[in-house]
Amino acid sequence: MKQKIQLSCQTSALAELRRFLEQQLESTSLSERDRHQVTLAVEEVCANLIIHSHKCNGRDHIFLSMNDLPDRIVFEIEDQGEAFNLLQYEAPDIQRVISEKRKGGLGIILVKKIMDEIQFESHQGTNTCRLIKFFQS
Amino acid sequence: MLTIDTQIENTHHILTPSGEIDASNSVQLDESIRHLSESGARSILVDGTHIDYISSAGLGVFMSYLEDFQEKGVSLKIFGLKPRVYEVFQILGLDQLISIFPDKESALAQ
Repeated sequence: MKQKIQLSCQTSALAELRRFLEQQLESTSLSERDRHQVTLAVEEVCANLIIHSHKCNGRDHIFLSMNDLPDRIVFEIEDQGEAFNLLQYEAPDIQRVISEKRKGGLGIILVKKIMDEIQFESHQGTNTCRLIKFFQS
Repeated sequence: MLTIDTQIENTHHILTPSGEIDASNSVQLDESIRHLSESGARSILVDGTHIDYISSAGLGVFMSYLEDFQEKGVSLKIFGLKPRVYEVFQILGLDQLISIFPDKESALAQ
């Protein structure tokens, strides 16, 4: 079953996103540990879009849908901001994050480590990032 | 929602964040640590018992102080993290870079 939520591009929407995911993921086959990690990965992608692509403009929106399939869960995050292709982004080395005292860059590493598959497409101004988690992977 | 309490025990400054740390409030954590550091704290203990969630924004705050604190000889330790929160540190290998202890006693013992 597909569930959807629309989020305003403000970081205050992240708590709302977590509540939505907690509620929706409860009935899936994911373990408590995986539910927590998947929530984190989806939030990292949304936070990235809100902060970098939409500059925290509350009038912009991102759309998230979650599709609970027999063998996997698919999250689709759509927005119409500046395209950010996660797959082409080279995540920084942890040591570089430390030495440059960067407070960012760790989120994408988390997403890549937590999710089993990441897809990205941009079509007629709409960017779609698909995050897939297989059960018992 | 995040609240941060600080208290002093002997020579240790104990920072207790309660709630969820994400991109909307990680600046609070940053300011609390910076404030302690600027006021001359030599030993900062973060009580992680009440952290329900931490995203990369919060992890980044801890990371950003590692080198400075090492140079200045400031000790930063985290204790009492819930297993699901500790796992997030582990995914990134931060458990190897930050001193993390199961409880306050073990953090103080080292």
